[in-house]
Amino acid sequence: MLSKKEKKMILRIWERITPVAQDIGAEALLRMFTTAPGSKTYFSHLDISPRSPHLLSHGKKIVLALSEGATDISQLSVTLAPLQTMHAYQLRIDPSNFKHLSYCMLVTLACHLGDDFMAEAHAAMDKYLSAFAAVLALKYR
Amino acid sequence: MVEWTDFERQTIAGIFAKIDYETTGATALARCLIVYPWTQRYFGNFGNLYNAGAIKINPLIAKHGTIIVHGLDRALKNLDNIKDAYTELSVLHSDKLHVDPDNFRLFSDCLTLTLAAQMGADFNADVQAAFQKFMLVVVSALKRQYH
Repeated sequence: MLSKKEKKMILRIWERITPVAQDIGAEALLRMFTTAPGSKTYFSHLDISPRSPHLLSHGKKIVLALSEGATDISQLSVTLAPLQTMHAYQLRIDPSNFKHLSYCMLVTLACHLGDDFMAEAHAAMDKYLSAFAAVLALKYR
Repeated sequence: MVEWTDFERQTIAGIFAKIDYETTGATALARCLIVYPWTQRYFGNFGNLYNAGAIKINPLIAKHGTIIVHGLDRALKNLDNIKDAYTELSVLHSDKLHVDPDNFRLFSDCLTLTLAAQMGADFNADVQAAFQKFMLVVVSALKRQYH
């Protein structure tokens, strides 16, 4: 459950992050690949070395999707409908990886925002990312 | 037995050499109670936990956070046998404190986040991986004596 205050906090963070979407996204992905090596298996067709064009472009896509979702959290299942289909039928990424990426996104935000990423912001963002992941996996079965 | 690379040993030692146990411990535990409010069930007589503001300034929580982080010293000093080093603490958490071991992972995640916020860019992917591995081993050792 997200309060109005939390939704505002989440939106404000993504507004700050959007200009550096590719850097944040690429860093979160790199952290995930380093801490959960199984996640790399979904990227065998891409060059995911640090700062590679593929990593940056992919990171940007993910951050922009997270950012867009935050503009109207109550409409997540509408906003994410195409991504739901893609993940369920085409990508078929095991949803445990959503948790890994979500956590690495939190770590990335903490490293970049430092004290601004205080406990209340962390709680709100954790809830948002969990909700996002849950909606993303809805068409899986 | 857990294999540690030189990088991992140095990284972990380096992190603990630099942290301020009091601030880090207090912040990490407060974070855990705020982000995962159900963990407050174990802190019934720790005073005011009514909201995030109260938790952050609660002196009993701050003191306890420091105790927990100091508890990691044991692993630091016994990297090559963390399993046995935590037998006693594992029994304590299981038989006396009755803490669901899933909570260890939640605290560990919050501690990692706290360090990330403190260390910024220095807490890179490789450092994160080393620290997460360390916490995973400690958490596993703490779970071992549950029955």
